[in-house]
Amino acid sequence: MVKRIKVGMASCGIAAGAGEVKDKILEMNPDAEVVEVGCIGHCHAEPLVEIETEEGSYLYQEVEPEVEFIDKILNLEDYSRFVSPANRESKEKLYVTELAGKINPVSIEEYEDNGGYFALKKALEMEPDQIVEEVKTSGLRGRGGGGFPTGLKWSFLAGKDDKDKVLICNADEGDPGAFMDRSTMESLPHQLLEGMLIGAYATGANRMFIYCRAEYPLAVKNLNIAIKQLEEAGYNYINGADIKITVKEGAGAFVCGEETALIHSLEGKRGTPRFRPPYPTDYGYKGRPSMINNVETLANIPLIIRDGGEKYSQIGTENSTGTKLFALAGDLEYSGLVEVPMGITIGEVVYDIGGAEDGTVKAVQIGGPSGGCIPEEHFDTPIDYDSLTELGAIMGSGGLIVISKGRCMVETARYFLEFTTKESCGKCTFCRIGTKRMLETLERITGGEGSHEDVQLLGELGKKIIKGSLCGLGQTAPKPVLSTLNFFENEYLAHVDEGYCAAMECKALVDVYLDQETCIECGQCIKVCPVDAISDDFVVDNGICTRCNSCIEVCPVDAISRVKREEE
Amino acid sequence: MPDLKDLGKNKSNLIKALQKRQEAEGYISDRDIKEISDAFSMAPVEVEGVVSFYTQFKRIAPGKYKISVCDGTACHIKGSSLVLNWITDELGIEDGETDEDGFFSMDAVACLGCCSLAPVISINGKVYGNLTRKKLLKILNDYQQKEEADNG
Repeated sequence: MVKRIKVGMASCGIAAGAGEVKDKILEMNPDAEVVEVGCIGHCHAEPLVEIETEEGSYLYQEVEPEVEFIDKILNLEDYSRFVSPANRESKEKLYVTELAGKINPVSIEEYEDNGGYFALKKALEMEPDQIVEEVKTSGLRGRGGGGFPTGLKWSFLAGKDDKDKVLICNADEGDPGAFMDRSTMESLPHQLLEGMLIGAYATGANRMFIYCRAEYPLAVKNLNIAIKQLEEAGYNYINGADIKITVKEGAGAFVCGEETALIHSLEGKRGTPRFRPPYPTDYGYKGRPSMINNVETLANIPLIIRDGGEKYSQIGTENSTGTKLFALAGDLEYSGLVEVPMGITIGEVVYDIGGAEDGTVKAVQIGGPSGGCIPEEHFDTPIDYDSLTELGAIMGSGGLIVISKGRCMVETARYFLEFTTKESCGKCTFCRIGTKRMLETLERITGGEGSHEDVQLLGELGKKIIKGSLCGLGQTAPKPVLSTLNFFENEYLAHVDEGYCAAMECKALVDVYLDQETCIECGQCIKVCPVDAISDDFVVDNGICTRCNSCIEVCPVDAISRVKREEE
Repeated sequence: MPDLKDLGKNKSNLIKALQKRQEAEGYISDRDIKEISDAFSMAPVEVEGVVSFYTQFKRIAPGKYKISVCDGTACHIKGSSLVLNWITDELGIEDGETDEDGFFSMDAVACLGCCSLAPVISINGKVYGNLTRKKLLKILNDYQQKEEADNG
C-alpha cells in the first residue's frame, strides 16, 4: 500500500524534468500524497521518485512522465530502481545533509519531527560563551574556502559590547561549478536558520541577513517560507527580542563573496572590497560589528550543539574536523552532491564515489577560479585544508571537477582566468590589468602564437598579482594558471614549441580530417556543415572550417576527427 | 509591494529597486535610471555605477526568448564554447546580444546548477541538457516554428 510519494524537486531535479513527473503522478492519482523533497545528491539519476509504503520505501531513478512508467513504479515493480553506486555509501558520511531529500524542506513540522530545533532549545539553556567554547572545541573551520576557525570568529563578535550586532550568512555561491550551498538552502532551509539563530544567541547579534545569489530563486523562496514559519513558532525570540531575518538577493558579482564587498553590496552599493582592518567584526554593515559565516558552516552548527563539540571533533582529521560537501562534476560517471569526512583521499572521491574510469583521469580542479588543479599522481592526498594548500590548490567552497586525459590544461586555465578577469572589480591595478594581461598571454598560447617568454611571463605576473591585490579574488586568481604551470608545464611548452595541443581542444592548433578509407560517402557531413567546408568528393577545406564539430558528431562511421594542424 | 518612494528612503534598497524594475521590464531603461535616482536622491551616474557593476542588470532589452548558455566549469569542460558558437552561427548573435526581431537573445551565464546534464542551456528558464548541435538546432527551430504558427 503506497503511503506517500516523494519527488526530488531541487533545481537539479526540476531541470531533469521532475516537475512533469510530479504532475503526471498527480494526474494519474489525484488523491495520492505527493510531496516535494530536496536533493539527495544523486544528480546523475534524476528525476528521482521515492515511494513510501507500510513495508518500507523504494527509490526509482530516471523516472519518465509516461503513464506506463509511472504505473510500473506505483506497482512497486523492480524497474528502474535506484541502486547506489558500488562504493559510494561506504565512503560517504551523510551528516550535515542527513535529512536532505528525506523531508519536505518547507515543512517546519517535518523538520521538528526529525530532531529539528532541538539544538536551538538546548543552546538557549546554555550560556552564550559556553556555546562559543563548544564551537571552538568542535574545530569547525569556515567552509567558504578560507578555513578560518569558526569559534574564534564567533568570540570576536561576542566580545563586542555594541548594542546592535549583525550576523550575515554568505550564500553568494559564485564559483561556477559549485552548488553545495544552493542544495543546502533548497533542501534544508530550517537547518541553516537554526544554525544562524544559535549563532545570534551565542554572539548577541540582533539582526540577521542571508545574502543569496539572485540566480537561486528556489533557495530564496524556500528560505522565505522557512523564516515565516519559524517566526510564527517564535524561534526567533532570542536574547529578549524578536530577531529580524532578511534574505537579500545579490545581483551577480563573484567578488561579493569577499566579506567587505558583500557588506557594501548589502548596503546597496557597488560590491568593491576595502582594506582590512578594520575587520567586519569591528566595523561592518552600516558600521555595526558584523560577522559573516558561510551556509555550510552554519548548517553544521545545530549538529555541533546536538552532539557536542568533542564528539564532532572526532569526525575528520585533527586540523580539519567534520565533513565537507562537494559538488562533483566533469568527466565521471556519477556526478552530484557528496558529503565526505575530511581526510578522505582525492582518489576515493573520484573513483569510488564518482565512478570515474581507471586510467582516464588526468587531474581534478578543486576550488574553482580560486583553486588549482591536482594531477592524478597526487590522488592519495587527503582532503583537508592544509594538504590541499600545500599542493597549490585550496579547499575552496566545494567545487570538484574531474578532468579527463582528453582535456587541455592550458585551455582549462584560460577558462578560469577569463572568469576572474570579467569578475575583477577593478579596484587594484594588479588584479584589473594583471589578470587581463595573463588572459591575453594564455590566448596567445592557445591560439598558437605563444612563445617561451609568454610561459615565463605567466609565472612572474601571477606571483605579482597575488602580492599586489587587496582581496581574495586577486590573491587567488592566478592559482589555476600557476598550478597547471607547476604540474603540466609540458602541455604549455608543447603548445608554444610544436604548435601541438594533445587534447585537440585548442581550435587554432587543430585541423579537421576526413579519412576517405573509412568514409562510406553517406553525405551527412556535407548536409550538416554550416559553412559548406566539405566538398562533394569529401575533402575538408580547413581554411573555411570553423571547427564546430557538427560533422564529427554526425558521422556514422567515425571517419572524421580532429588532428594536429599541418604546418603551412 | 513597496513603491519606489518607500524603497528610496533607505539607500540599502537600491539593488532591490533595480531588481524590481528589471523583473518587470526585462532590463533597466534610461527612464528607470532617472526615476530611481530621483527616488533615492542620488545622481544618475551613481545609479549607473551600481547597474554596471552587477552582471544581472541589463541595459538593452532582451529578446522574447532569453537563451542562457551555461558556462560553468562542468559545462565548459563538456563543450559550452561550442554551444555558444553554434548559436552565433545559427542566429547571428553573440554573447549579450538580442537579434533584430527581438525574438532571441543570448547570454553566457555562470552555472545553472545542473552539472550532470552538461552542456546545458535554458530558454526563459526551461532547461535543455546533454546538448548536441543537432539537438540545439531542433530546439531553436521549434521556438521559431511555434512563433510562426502563433502569428498566423
